[in-house]
Amino acid sequence: MAEATLRTAPLDKARVLQWLQTYGVYAGVALLLVVNIVITPHFLSAENFRTQAVQVAPVIIVALGMALVIGTEGVDLSVGAVMALAASATALYLGYGLLPALLVVALFAAGVGLANGALVAFVGVQPIVATLALMVGGRGLALVLLPQLEDLRNPALASLGSGDALGFPYLILIAAGLALLVAFVVRRTTFGRQLLAIGDSRPAAELAGLPVRRVLILVYVACALLAAVAGVLATARLQASDPTSLGNLMELSAITAVVVGGTPLTGGRVNIAGTVAGAVLIQLLTATLIKHDLPPSWTQIAQAIVIVCAVYAARGRGKR
Amino acid sequence: MSVTKTDAPMVTASNEPTDATEPAGSARSERLSALVQQHGALAVLVIVSLVASFSFDSFATGDNITNMATSSAFLAIVALGMTFVIITGGIDLSVGSLFALGGVLAAWGSRHGTLVALLLPLAVCGLIGVVNGLLVARSRLAPFIVTLAAMLGARGLMLALTDEGANTYLIAKGSFLAELGQGSTLGLGNPVWITLALFGAGAVVLRRTRFGQHVYAVGGNEDAAALMGAPVARTKILVYTLSGLLAGLAGALNAAWLASGVTILGNGMELDAISAVVIGGTLLTGGLGYVSGSLVGVLLLKVIQNVINQIGSLDSSYQLVVSGAFLALVVIAQTWLGRRRRLM
Amino acid sequence: MAPPAEVLAVRGLSKTFPGVRALDDVDLTVHAGEVHALIGENGAGKSTLIKLLTGVYRPDAGRISFQGREVSFETPLEAQKAGISTIYQEVNLIPLLSVARNLFLGREPRTRLGLLDFARMNREADEILRTYGVRVDVRQSLRTLGVGAQQMVALARAVATEARVVIMDEPTSSLEPREVETLFTVIRRLRDEGIAVIYVSHRLDELYAVCSKVTVLRDGRRVHHGDLADLDRIDLVSTMLGRELGEVRAEGQTKFSGEHLIADDQPVLSARELSARHKLHGVSLDIRPGEVVGLGGLLGSGRTETAKAISGSLALSSGAVTVAGVPLRGGSTPAAIRAGISLLPEDRKSEGIVPGLSVRENIALAVLPRLSRFGLVSESRVDGIVDTFMKRLRIKASSPHQKVGELSGGNQQKVLLARWLAMNPKVLLLDEPTRGIDVGAKAEVQKLVDELAADGLGVLLISSDLEELIEGSDRVVVLKDGAVVGELTGDDVTEDQLMRTIAGEAPPRGTPEEAVTHG
Repeated sequence: MAEATLRTAPLDKARVLQWLQTYGVYAGVALLLVVNIVITPHFLSAENFRTQAVQVAPVIIVALGMALVIGTEGVDLSVGAVMALAASATALYLGYGLLPALLVVALFAAGVGLANGALVAFVGVQPIVATLALMVGGRGLALVLLPQLEDLRNPALASLGSGDALGFPYLILIAAGLALLVAFVVRRTTFGRQLLAIGDSRPAAELAGLPVRRVLILVYVACALLAAVAGVLATARLQASDPTSLGNLMELSAITAVVVGGTPLTGGRVNIAGTVAGAVLIQLLTATLIKHDLPPSWTQIAQAIVIVCAVYAARGRGKR
Repeated sequence: MSVTKTDAPMVTASNEPTDATEPAGSARSERLSALVQQHGALAVLVIVSLVASFSFDSFATGDNITNMATSSAFLAIVALGMTFVIITGGIDLSVGSLFALGGVLAAWGSRHGTLVALLLPLAVCGLIGVVNGLLVARSRLAPFIVTLAAMLGARGLMLALTDEGANTYLIAKGSFLAELGQGSTLGLGNPVWITLALFGAGAVVLRRTRFGQHVYAVGGNEDAAALMGAPVARTKILVYTLSGLLAGLAGALNAAWLASGVTILGNGMELDAISAVVIGGTLLTGGLGYVSGSLVGVLLLKVIQNVINQIGSLDSSYQLVVSGAFLALVVIAQTWLGRRRRLM
Repeated sequence: MAPPAEVLAVRGLSKTFPGVRALDDVDLTVHAGEVHALIGENGAGKSTLIKLLTGVYRPDAGRISFQGREVSFETPLEAQKAGISTIYQEVNLIPLLSVARNLFLGREPRTRLGLLDFARMNREADEILRTYGVRVDVRQSLRTLGVGAQQMVALARAVATEARVVIMDEPTSSLEPREVETLFTVIRRLRDEGIAVIYVSHRLDELYAVCSKVTVLRDGRRVHHGDLADLDRIDLVSTMLGRELGEVRAEGQTKFSGEHLIADDQPVLSARELSARHKLHGVSLDIRPGEVVGLGGLLGSGRTETAKAISGSLALSSGAVTVAGVPLRGGSTPAAIRAGISLLPEDRKSEGIVPGLSVRENIALAVLPRLSRFGLVSESRVDGIVDTFMKRLRIKASSPHQKVGELSGGNQQKVLLARWLAMNPKVLLLDEPTRGIDVGAKAEVQKLVDELAADGLGVLLISSDLEELIEGSDRVVVLKDGAVVGELTGDDVTEDQLMRTIAGEAPPRGTPEEAVTHG
């Protein structure tokens, strides 16, 4: 790598881009932290950090699944709908206890994931369209199951949403645990390696005899299950099931987190730490704007610009 | 070039019986598949409508039909733009937001006269379409992510204009704009006539102009199109611009019809538009499609919605489930037919 | 009568890619109304030359004059507008558009209202195509036509856009004999109209049927040019392959040691009557354990297709493969791999390596499930395998964690070899295992193949390098146009015999039929 430092101006630009793609997200998080410490009153309080972390936890969990799907050169637009479905199913089956309710939620999510995966792997539909169908159908099903917001009173669920262990909210612990688990799966399992190989070069993966279809289906199921976890946690935090608005635009936040975090849309690479940092970056950005009394509409516009910039910066990465 | 003299042996289509590996019936099955792909939606529309009119007394009434026609008009205009985008092999997820933005801009602008009320949404939504097109064609970013970002940005812009959705601008009764949206000519609502005119123009542009040929060529084989001299980037920019313009116009007309710029509209409209286009026989992978099919697709969606409403026990959420399932089914059917015809 | 004008004159053209001198000081002169054969084996520089002529690449040195003017095209479109059109093997038209629209795209006739005049367009398209012997409904989409008819449409389009030079890159590779005849008729007509045709093909019969001039490239240089009639087939083949006929080598330059002891007479792999549309016509061969069977033939003779068919990645219309007496079912890649067949594909970059993954992960890719328990990869066992093979194959990488895409071609090939050896295969199919890799690595790969065969593996070796093929193989099965045309055994495994068989002269010993029946 010594020769790299000797290169001339145009290549320096490429190197800066490369650096930005890998570390830009951490620099962005650091920058926002510093800016907020300077300009935002009461930013450096434990209470504030706790609030931010609890808010970002569901996004991180959804983004983890999205990162896996994007690693296979796919995309899953149905994650928000799966969150809503999870909320509805939780409300409906909570009467039988939290655990049975969670089981039913998992079944619903696995069903959506299977449908997505089958459409992509067996029928050969483009991932965007396959998951778009489930995005609408899933949201509809959530609303059919539970037409409007319903307050939930279940102590177990309530403690899941707002309880602590060792001073950390469960939400954060679960998100952290899942992030470690997904990172482990990507790095240390057959499935993880096969996933990356398929995303990097599908013809080579097929000629090497990998179970391409099975891996793709599993990836979409995993993504749906993670979205369902996020849906249950968000519901637990709200103490209410809100299938109408829960998870709206979540697919966009998750894709942004993944892309900003340095995972290319062209597949073959999954950056879990970057994805978590990407979600944190967007959360901080939103929080900064809100704390300075800028309306939510501005955060949406800001997020749109961040996405385009991140995708633009990652543009060259796919062509190795 | 000499025409009368034919000095070379004849080469004919590959499905001649002389080609041993191709079964003799394949030409017929190819034609059947093509027919199903192109006109299947129309057949389903006729059947569903017939069944519905026998099952529900209130279905085939004049009121219900004109109502359905008017409420179809706005989606149809959006689907028209989407048809062009999808034929080039792209996708535009921002149309729902642009629809809402267009409505709000029209209502806001109506205080300054009808001209402003119509031009403002066209200008803003068209500009967002241009940006989409530039990012897709020049920067070569994936259409779905570009238009997904535009969807978010446009919705943000709309919310910023309306005090975070709290403010609903009204369109004065009796203004020309209100008349355009609410009035009717020869028993059909004005938006219906406008839609029909736009589809007529759209069909001519797509089938009978060089731009239309380029749209098909870019979607059919981008590299070959470039080699054959088609202006690939310009064509792409134009279709996204067109899609933005039409979504904005549909929003403006819808606002005129409702007499206000309602901020909660347009959610999920991109899916309905995509469904309608795909149901109408346009290939999602690009290169093949029909403007008329998209119109049939919109009508089919609206008829199904109407039927769901007629069945009193089903609430409107079922509409979403049906839409999603329907899109999945249509895409599966299309992939299957496409494989049979070796389109993909 | 004045001699026909020089329409295209190329002088001293050179092009270098990182590490490869693809074209080195090449001249080419083409006259109006001439059908000029451009031939050479893979890597000879044909496609680089074509890409330089058509504006895909820009030359490092040299000049191209076209119709007396010096030109430098920036894009293929520019070249095409100037009058140089290319007809590719894969027809570069728009399959979903109608035949007429393809023919007229960009210059459609219009009515007074500025709208496209389809009636006129269809009528004219029909008239034009009839002169090319294509009688079809021009309103139907292009993809419903056979490849031959599609090529005619491409040709008609090129001529209609006033091409002065038409480059045809392997135009007959997927045509029926009847269609080839039609193509030749049209080419002769173009010639009579004063259009120059540069004809790239490996089918000798075709070259002699239509071409008058020939330019032979080898290793990026022009090694021969002149009238085709002055060069007979065997000379043409030897010029192209760079081997003097009758040249006797005292000692081979490859690292292959030659004959292997064939311990077992039972074939470990036997392929019977493999057929695939347009590509293979009843190819049969056997490989015994410890034997290296060469697959000879020119480019496009069906060598790669045979290997792909055996490994389950090319769909067969008929035929059967058995491994160690057990018939292979399903015809899928995983099934073939499970049965012990491993293929090193010809297109290493897009079908072999997974460029973004590390050396370690690429080596372990196929064998991963065997190194895992409950889906968890045993890193120590992976390290063990990776370490073993990196040492055994002497893979040079900065570390096992370096991306494979960053390695040299030779090391990439060794990584692929390691991937398959880790699977303990019974049969190894090597498609051009040493192409594009440097001399040192080449020798290593050759030696390795030798050792593997000595260990009892059955090997199928495909190589355009005659010396490698001859010295590396115990037997050579020769293919031509997707069928077996001969087999060289024992003392007949010589370059002379191979070239004669390829050129269609004096089949060795057995007739093709016998060759098929006994192996």
